[in-house]
Amino acid sequence: MNIIVCIKQVPDTTQVRIDPVTNTLIREGVQSIINPFDMYAIEEGVRLKEKYGGKTTVISMGPPQAETALREAISMGCDEACLISDRAFAGSDTLASGYTLAMAIRKIKDYDMILCGKQASDGDTAQVGPGIATQLDIPQVTYVKKIEDIKDNHATVERMTEEGFEIVKTSLPCLLTVVKEINEPRIPSLKGRMKAKKAEITSWKAIDLDLEEDKLGLKGSPTWVSKIFTPPPRPKGHILEGDPEETTTKIVDELKNRLI
Amino acid sequence: MSIQIIKDKCTGCSLCVKVCPFGALTMVSKKAVIDLDKCTLCGACVDSCKFNAIDLKRDSSKTPNIEEYKGIWVFAEQKKGAVQSVVYELLGKAHELSEKLGSEVSCVLLGHNIKDKAQELIHRGANNVYVVDAPELEHYLDEPYTKAIVNLIRKYRPEIFLCGATFIGRSMISRVAVKLHTGLTADCTGLDIDEKEKYLMQTRPAFGGNIMATILSKNHRPQMATVRHKVFKEASIDKTRKGKIIEETIPKTLLTSRTKILDIVEEITSTVNIAEADIIVSGGRGLKGPENFAMLEELAKVLGGAVGSSRAAVDAGWMPYSHQVGQTGKTVCPKLYIACGISGQIQHLVGMQSSNIILAINQDPCAPIFTVANYGIVGDVFQVVPLLTKKFKAALNR
Repeated sequence: MNIIVCIKQVPDTTQVRIDPVTNTLIREGVQSIINPFDMYAIEEGVRLKEKYGGKTTVISMGPPQAETALREAISMGCDEACLISDRAFAGSDTLASGYTLAMAIRKIKDYDMILCGKQASDGDTAQVGPGIATQLDIPQVTYVKKIEDIKDNHATVERMTEEGFEIVKTSLPCLLTVVKEINEPRIPSLKGRMKAKKAEITSWKAIDLDLEEDKLGLKGSPTWVSKIFTPPPRPKGHILEGDPEETTTKIVDELKNRLI
Repeated sequence: MSIQIIKDKCTGCSLCVKVCPFGALTMVSKKAVIDLDKCTLCGACVDSCKFNAIDLKRDSSKTPNIEEYKGIWVFAEQKKGAVQSVVYELLGKAHELSEKLGSEVSCVLLGHNIKDKAQELIHRGANNVYVVDAPELEHYLDEPYTKAIVNLIRKYRPEIFLCGATFIGRSMISRVAVKLHTGLTADCTGLDIDEKEKYLMQTRPAFGGNIMATILSKNHRPQMATVRHKVFKEASIDKTRKGKIIEETIPKTLLTSRTKILDIVEEITSTVNIAEADIIVSGGRGLKGPENFAMLEELAKVLGGAVGSSRAAVDAGWMPYSHQVGQTGKTVCPKLYIACGISGQIQHLVGMQSSNIILAINQDPCAPIFTVANYGIVGDVFQVVPLLTKKFKAALNR
């Protein structure tokens, strides 16, 4: 089983604050982390390798500092890492990102399964995983909460739905996007950390991949951000303290008309 | 832009002839021949050819014949034959947009034995319903659904394509956008038409709802967007509305799938699906144990709502993950969100702060949940929640 895990380095959105004066994002001091959902993809990639043998390669497309994220993935047990970084990729939307990542995966060639987190916490689109699968023309299963079994070149997985889950069988190679329920990511061991420190990270630029130039970066991105603004702040609420009999009566009076 | 058949590679299998929506391909002496007057360079044949025998050179910076794309399409997601409510919400918005564009609203309905649902969509405001009825489409599967939709979009060329940001919608729509090489915007909370250029203005939250961005796809069609549940108002039912039902057949070769559903398991029984609920009563660490969620279920029952949970309660094993609201769970925007014993970590707030009304109940007056709440009660959840249940029951006559 050779596995490729796609990860993204994102700003820790829980630390993002709005400057009350200028109404812009304060980015200073905001830490970069591995997208929370990708942690489950890394863990699953490592577990599958431990169970079935083979190797787990982690890849990331982003600025040079995304190398930190790749080293963290190695410390959790990934064998190899590849950074796809070039100024030509700047401004990529989900279509251009999916294309670029797919071309990098084509270059790696030998894989049975690609794992992605269900979405990234900065953009929340959930579009890149299925985008990669489509570019590579392989089947996908999204929102996977459990890999039941892998045999005879097929994987049987549980896919979350609004009402519960479906048991889906897919041929390999395939791409899975995973949700939190699939596992609990491990804390890297000391040995893992040492390995990550010394690991050699492969680095690919646009020129290293067989890319069509007009499908890259800003030029290859059909969507344009035309305006960014801060949402209007929520008005200050009515917060009631005191005797629960009284406070609940007031709240029910306030809300009942808005519920009918 | 150009298209040609590489004669040496063509085996004469005629798959491309079957998939061409425009009848532009024929077989002459066991080789495919393209009628360039009929060909729109849509690329359906290129996707179907197993021998890479069709060479299509396209300028990917702009959709060819962009001015010919007209009308708004809505994906009519159905499960077990029931049209999902988000479809009616999309129809309401699509109707509004169509008035600004002076165009028609159409639905595309895929499934098996679902033809009778087309009339419902017309009553909700669809001018046209394109129906594909095939046993392969009974349950949602990525590959046949994607290929059927791509086939119809290539044939009819809508200007805008809208889809619910559901598990099915989000899995399918990105595949469709890649195949068509067009722009896609996820989870829009606002859709409007630019007055001058007639672009679809797609507004969505980013960075956990801290900023809003308006996104355009200027040079590509269709302009595609997904919308979450409960963001737009449902289109009303008017049984006098008339519309056209167009039955479409998709070549069987496009309906094959490399994934197969072995079983469908429904877990959520006592409570409604939180993504679709108008009212959500959520509990957190302050509930102290799984048994106390029964109290929330009672309140939810009186209000006709669903029960949600914070991450803390899910991680403690008190509630299943499918109920988790927040960054690593579901994002919800109900009409009323009642947070009981939830302190309001930012990861929770990003999943519910776009709710219409928020009522927070917490012992700690400094809990961050009160910063986003419209109403708050500082007090003991074990006293407050049963009192609310009792009083809502009386006030609402339930």
